[in-house]
Amino acid sequence: MLKVRVIPTLLWKNFGLVKGVGFDSWRRVGPVLPAIKVYNTRDVDELILVDITATREAAEPDAESVHDFADECFVPFTVGGGIAGIEQIQRLLRAGADKISLNSAAYANPRLVDDAARRYGAQCIVASIDARRHADGNYECFSHAGTQATGRRPDDWARELADRGAGEILITSIDRDGTMTGYDLALVECVTRAVNLPVIASGGAGNYEHMRQAIQDAGASAVAAASIFHFTEQTPAEAKKALAAAGIPVRPGYAAGPA
Amino acid sequence: MKVAIVDYGMGNLGSVRRALTELGVDVIVAERPDQLAAAARIVLPGVGSFTDGMAHLDARGWSDALRERTLTHGIPLLGICLGMQLLAGAGSEGGNGTMTPGLALIPGDVVRLDALGCTLRIPHVGWNAIVPHGTPPLLAGIPPQTDFYFVHSYAFRPASASHILATTDYGVPLTAVVGDGPVMGTQFHPEKSSRAGFRLLKNFLEGIPC
Repeated sequence: MLKVRVIPTLLWKNFGLVKGVGFDSWRRVGPVLPAIKVYNTRDVDELILVDITATREAAEPDAESVHDFADECFVPFTVGGGIAGIEQIQRLLRAGADKISLNSAAYANPRLVDDAARRYGAQCIVASIDARRHADGNYECFSHAGTQATGRRPDDWARELADRGAGEILITSIDRDGTMTGYDLALVECVTRAVNLPVIASGGAGNYEHMRQAIQDAGASAVAAASIFHFTEQTPAEAKKALAAAGIPVRPGYAAGPA
Repeated sequence: MKVAIVDYGMGNLGSVRRALTELGVDVIVAERPDQLAAAARIVLPGVGSFTDGMAHLDARGWSDALRERTLTHGIPLLGICLGMQLLAGAGSEGGNGTMTPGLALIPGDVVRLDALGCTLRIPHVGWNAIVPHGTPPLLAGIPPQTDFYFVHSYAFRPASASHILATTDYGVPLTAVVGDGPVMGTQFHPEKSSRAGFRLLKNFLEGIPC
């Protein structure tokens, strides 16, 4: 049976890891490489690295650093942030990323998703959507790290990204990001209902119960989280134990020991 | 031991190279078929579509070289993900309704998961448990129900059940590992499956008689 994944998200800015609230107020939380080594040693399900500098400053994604990180990562490794063209995707995949996540560039040039999926396969294209809830209860997608309104609804946009060949959807609530008050379950559910792709819930996890809700109540195939792992004593391994206790299939650590 | 990774222009070889290097073997990233002659083991990785993959293999003479190394010389070959699917006789992906001929090293075809009756979310992405059929040397020391990392929308349907070395369950049973003599393949990514994946690669390097 397919296991639900628990995925630490690493936000990378100016050579270090950071974590913010509502896509702002960044706090430094340490260097990148040791974090990747630790997660690798602890046998996490997967890692997502987002280069915030590249997103904000329209800089080139740093493929050399990605190469160094990938050297230490023997679990699936998704890289995002500032990816605007096929050449950058190729460079990051060559550097050792297993999947790349597209966000802002897809609004301006949706064909990038088609081209990338045709060339590299749907399985390595993660379409990332950042959304806010408006006072009237409707959701809207925002690009450029939450700074630009797009006028698109997350469910419609997810459907279009799926049709264009994305292999997974990463849905992040900007409102809940860093708050540790729980995933925006209505947002996650509107996307899991809209597409038949695996959906990764992101933004707001503060405890294991929040993760359970995203999976069992909102239909997510995976849960991503950052603050909970940076700022509390909670860990991906303990998260999986708690999810297992709730009847959710998770991947136990490999019992046979090192190869 | 020299191990060749076939670099035929289909995706990221880096993680396979890193995993094999970690296991202490001498890795050759082969850019030409004649470089396979020096290798005691060959790995065929790859992501992308079946039709593109075969076009790349055929255009550069890889297909004949791979058949020759395995069938004539008995050199063990491990296909990974698309590389495993290309071992089949034919595949439907990217063929616009027609089947594209494969390497035909293991009889069978490659079809989309929904054509196999799968009604779950596609692609099949994530960690899933495998169930070995019998006790293949490639899976020695790996307990049944060990999870490996899968990411695919198509699956290999071998003509003979005897070529299925392990399956996984995604609503329907899917072929996880195939094998026929020196020719082997995994639908999952051992190089991204942490310690269990390393064990499988180590078995491929050390546990398979050449």
